[in-house]
Amino acid sequence: MATYRELLAEVKLRIDEVGATAAHERHGEALFVDVREREEWEEGAVPGAVHVSRGQLESRIEGLVPDRSRELVLYCAGGSRSAFATKALQELGYENVVSLAGGFTDWKRNGFPIETPRSLTPDQRRRYSRHLLIPEVGEAGQERLLGGRVLLIGAGGLGSPASLYLAAAGVGTLGIVDADVVDDSNLQRQIVHSTESLGEPKVLSAKRALEALNPDVVVKTYEERLTSENVERILGEGWDVIVDGADNFPTRYLVNDASVWHGIPVVHGSIYRFEGQVTVFNPGEGPCYRCLFPTPPPPELAPSCAEGGVLGVLPGIVGSLQANEALKLVLGIGETLQGRLLLLDALGTTVDEVSVQRDPACPVCGEHPTVTEYVDYVEFCAGARA
Amino acid sequence: MTRVRIPPTLRNEVGGERELAGAGETVREVLADISGRYPALEAQLFEDGDLAPFVNVYLGGEDVRTLDGLDTRVNGSSVILLPAMAGGC
Repeated sequence: MATYRELLAEVKLRIDEVGATAAHERHGEALFVDVREREEWEEGAVPGAVHVSRGQLESRIEGLVPDRSRELVLYCAGGSRSAFATKALQELGYENVVSLAGGFTDWKRNGFPIETPRSLTPDQRRRYSRHLLIPEVGEAGQERLLGGRVLLIGAGGLGSPASLYLAAAGVGTLGIVDADVVDDSNLQRQIVHSTESLGEPKVLSAKRALEALNPDVVVKTYEERLTSENVERILGEGWDVIVDGADNFPTRYLVNDASVWHGIPVVHGSIYRFEGQVTVFNPGEGPCYRCLFPTPPPPELAPSCAEGGVLGVLPGIVGSLQANEALKLVLGIGETLQGRLLLLDALGTTVDEVSVQRDPACPVCGEHPTVTEYVDYVEFCAGARA
Repeated sequence: MTRVRIPPTLRNEVGGERELAGAGETVREVLADISGRYPALEAQLFEDGDLAPFVNVYLGGEDVRTLDGLDTRVNGSSVILLPAMAGGC
């Protein structure tokens, strides 16, 4: 029977170890994996490291590091737990894994950089547990969401489900721009509001509902219609993503131009009767709204839901798709709808997709922009067909 | 025959139909065939013989503006007509 000391010595013979200096040289390229317990990790860690405690290593590593040829540096406090961990990963087929001899203690002693990871409270760990279980989200992703800022244009049909899911997901700051009050004709679909908020400004009704759903979320309200005069002030507060659920063309074009100039991605959704459209406009990366629709349609071709109606659940579907795109953009994961316009027909339950390309001649995001400051968007949209 | 998807905002012009079939080798011919039967649709789709700028036409999921425009050959793909929709309400 072997003693612990003998077992450790034997394991160390069968793995590769690096000292703190050699590990530091790999920092930035290799992925550092901290295998200590959570409390140790929270007190300070190697910047950029991921945390998987030794006990969960084998079960979680494939989700975190699918690529078995990835260069990994495992560390613990002193180099013993990471030695056993390194052997375990070798047995799982990881080809390029080393253990940091001397561990985090030696790393710190050498004066190499450390950081104190933001960490979730026990309440947050329970609330977001289903996110934490997904490798693509995990604790780092959840912290990103909590630090995320999403601006919603409109607290109506699309803004209702989008804001509810973004708040539930723990997006830390939500801005809502809407000048309307809750009307009883809204309640067939605008599920963030309720009968008791009739007559109340939508932004306040939404704020109450969202903060009740998730107290981690700060809701900033803008009880005004987005205009050329206030757009700089509102967008200037800094947003990661805009969710556009406006109900009119002038606002759509205004949001587009402002987002291009501010470099903020827009998750676009629109609905009418049984049909919806969803896409992502990512300035500098993909097309913008004007690349897709250079010219607004004449009013008779563009009735609003107030004129033509909308199935109540349709904004629920489209707004949820928008929330999905916004979450991926904040998390930096997956494939967004950039360059693709999703066409949803709820009556036939069909989904079509058409491609949207960047227009080099686009007046706002093209090679030689001709629109470089805010225009009168109401006039622009009214004058489409002179 | 080429299938042509009619958006909700243009269905009044075609007697409420959601989809129509048109004959022709090119997108222009297919749309002309349909417009011949529904003159009200022609008035919305075309301006001075060309596509109205606010109507997007897709063939097989690609914007015909990125292909050969209205002269793109249909080759068995289906057509989607798509004007912008504003509603978020």
